[in-house]
Amino acid sequence: MDAENPSGFIELDQVEKVFDVRRKTGFMRSERRQVRAVDSISFRVARGEMVGYIGPNGAGKSTTIKMLTGILTPSGGRLRVAGIDPSRERTRLAHRIGVVFGQRTTLWWDLPLRDSYRLMHRMYRIPDARYRENLERCVELLDLGELLDVPVRQLSLGQRMRGDIAAALLHDPEVLYLDEPTIGLDVVSKSKVRGFLRDLNAERGTTVLLTTHDLTDIEQLCKRVMVIDHGRLMYDGALAGLHEVGESERTLVVDLERQLPPIRLESAPSVRTVKVEGPRQWLAFPASESAAPLVARIAADYPLVDLSVREPDIEAVIAKMYESATGM
Amino acid sequence: MADTTGAVEVAGTADGPGGRPADWPEAVFAERPGFVEGVRAYGLIAMMWLRSTMAYRASFAMTAFGNFAATAFDFVAILLMFSHVDRLGGYTLPEIALLYGVSGTAFGLADLLLGSMDRLGARVRDGTLDTLLVRPVPVLAQVAADRFALRRLGRVLQGVLVLGYALVALDIEWTPLKVAMMPMMLLSGAAVFGALFVAGAAFQFVAQDASQVQNAFTYGGNTLLQYPPSVFAKDLVRGVTFVVPLAFVNWLPALYVLGRDYPLDLPVWVAFLPPVVAGLCWLPAGLGWRAGLRAYRSTGS
Repeated sequence: MDAENPSGFIELDQVEKVFDVRRKTGFMRSERRQVRAVDSISFRVARGEMVGYIGPNGAGKSTTIKMLTGILTPSGGRLRVAGIDPSRERTRLAHRIGVVFGQRTTLWWDLPLRDSYRLMHRMYRIPDARYRENLERCVELLDLGELLDVPVRQLSLGQRMRGDIAAALLHDPEVLYLDEPTIGLDVVSKSKVRGFLRDLNAERGTTVLLTTHDLTDIEQLCKRVMVIDHGRLMYDGALAGLHEVGESERTLVVDLERQLPPIRLESAPSVRTVKVEGPRQWLAFPASESAAPLVARIAADYPLVDLSVREPDIEAVIAKMYESATGM
Repeated sequence: MADTTGAVEVAGTADGPGGRPADWPEAVFAERPGFVEGVRAYGLIAMMWLRSTMAYRASFAMTAFGNFAATAFDFVAILLMFSHVDRLGGYTLPEIALLYGVSGTAFGLADLLLGSMDRLGARVRDGTLDTLLVRPVPVLAQVAADRFALRRLGRVLQGVLVLGYALVALDIEWTPLKVAMMPMMLLSGAAVFGALFVAGAAFQFVAQDASQVQNAFTYGGNTLLQYPPSVFAKDLVRGVTFVVPLAFVNWLPALYVLGRDYPLDLPVWVAFLPPVVAGLCWLPAGLGWRAGLRAYRSTGS
C-alpha cells in the first residue's frame, strides 16, 4: 500500500506544463513563444481530503486538472494519483477517478438521463448490484427521481449539473475532480450540490478536488484551499489563514444619530473610515483585531444608534494577493 | 522502476477508507486488448446515437431518404452522359456501373462506420474531446462512433443497387476467383477509405479546420473512382495508385473481373493486392492517429 508516503494520495512534485504558443505575425509567418501554464507546482492531497483549487482565469487550474486526469502530459516533474502515473496509464486511472467539467456535459442530450447512466454502467463494467446501489443513492441524494426519464435537453442547468455529478460517481471513483461545479446555478441548486458533495466526502471518504470562482463553495466545503496564479502555487493551507496572508480587514458599520464628519479615533491608528453616507459610516480595521474595544470607544465619543460587523470578503483578500504577486 | 511496481500493488490491493470496495471483481480492471475494447465501446456508443436519432423518427426517415437521393444523383449524372454517348473512356454503362457500385458501396460502408471522424477538429476546438479522454475506453473508438448515423445506409443502399444492376447487365465469365474478388474488393475498399478517414482525423489534431482536406480525399476520391481510369490524366492515375492507393478500391480489382487492361501497364496480380494495400494504409493512419493524440495531449489545443 502507500507505505512510502501514507499521506499522498495525489502527489505532485515540481510539476510543470509548458506550452508552445504560436502567434501569427503575418501571412505564413508566426512567432513562437513558450508559456508556463503550470510552473513547478508541488502538493500532496491525502485520501479523503476535500480541497479547493482557486485562481483567476488562465492561472493554470484547468491545466493542473487535465494533468491529474491524464488528459495532458506534464512537461516536467512527477505526478501520481492513487499511485498511478496519469499520463502513462490514462485508461487504467479512468476507472478510479470521476470528472465533472462544469461547462461541458457528458450526458446524452436527446436521451433520458437514465440512458446516460446505463452507458456508464456498461462502459465502466460496473457490477450490476453496485450500479443499482450507487444509482439509487445518487437519485435519492441528488433528487433525480423524477428526472430519470426526462430527455437531458429538457433539464435545467442545475438539474443537468446534478445529473452530471451522478454520472461521474456511478463507478465508485476514489477521487472526484470538479471543474466549476456550481457555475451558472441558482442558489437552491448550488446548496443542493454542495450538500451532496459534503455528504459524499464524509460518508464515502471520496477525495474531492474542486476548482471554482464561487468562494462560497470553498467556505462551505473545503478546509483546505490552494491558490494558484500565473502557474504558481501562491497559497496552500486553511481558508482562515488566507486572511492573515492577505492582510484582510473587517468592516464595522455604525449608524449614528445624525450626519457627522468621518469618525476619527486618535487611540486606534489602524482604523480608517472608508465611507460616509448620511448618518451611516463604514470603518475598516484589521481582521486580526477584536471589534469590542473599538465599539466601546466609538460608543463613548459618538451618539451610536446601531452597528454591525462584516467579515472580510474573501474575494477581496484573494484579489489583493494576486495584486501583490504581480507587483513582485 | 521500483516506483512502477509499487504503483501496481497499490492499485491491486487498495481497500482502505474510500478505496476500491471489496465487492468489485478484479476482472473490471483487467488489461484487455485495445482492439476488442475499442469495438465494444464503438458498439455501445453507436447504440446511444441510434437511440438518439430515433427520438426524431420523421427527421431520420427524411435524412435517410435525402442521403440516398443525393448520392443517387451521381449515378443519374452518369446516366445522362450515356444518353448522348455509347461509351465513356472506352467503357460501357454496365461496366461503369460496376466501378461505381463497388466504389459507392465500399465508401458507403466506411462512411457509415467512420464518417463522423471529421468532427474531431470541432471537438478539439470546443474542448469536448477532453470528456472522451477521461473514459476507460480507446479514444479512437469514441471519436469514430461519435454521431453514428444510420441514415448513411442510404449511400450504401444506392451503391448496392447500382452494383446489382451492373452484375445483372454485365456478361461476365465468372470464375471462383472472380466471385471471391467481389466481397474482397468491397471490404478492402471500405478499409482503404476507413484509413483515409482516420488519417484525416489525425491531421485535425494539428490543423483543426482541416475537415475539408479530409473530405477532398474521401468524398472526392469516391467521386473519382466512379469513372474509369481511362478518362483521367496519367499522372492522376499514378497518384491514386502509388501515393493515395485508391486505385486498389475498385479500378484494379474490378478491371480484373471485367477482363480489361489495367492502366499504367501493371501486372495482372496487382488485382489481388487490395487487402495488403488496405493493411498498409492502416499502418500510417494508426501511427498518425497516435502521433496526433500525443501532440494534443502535450499542447491541449
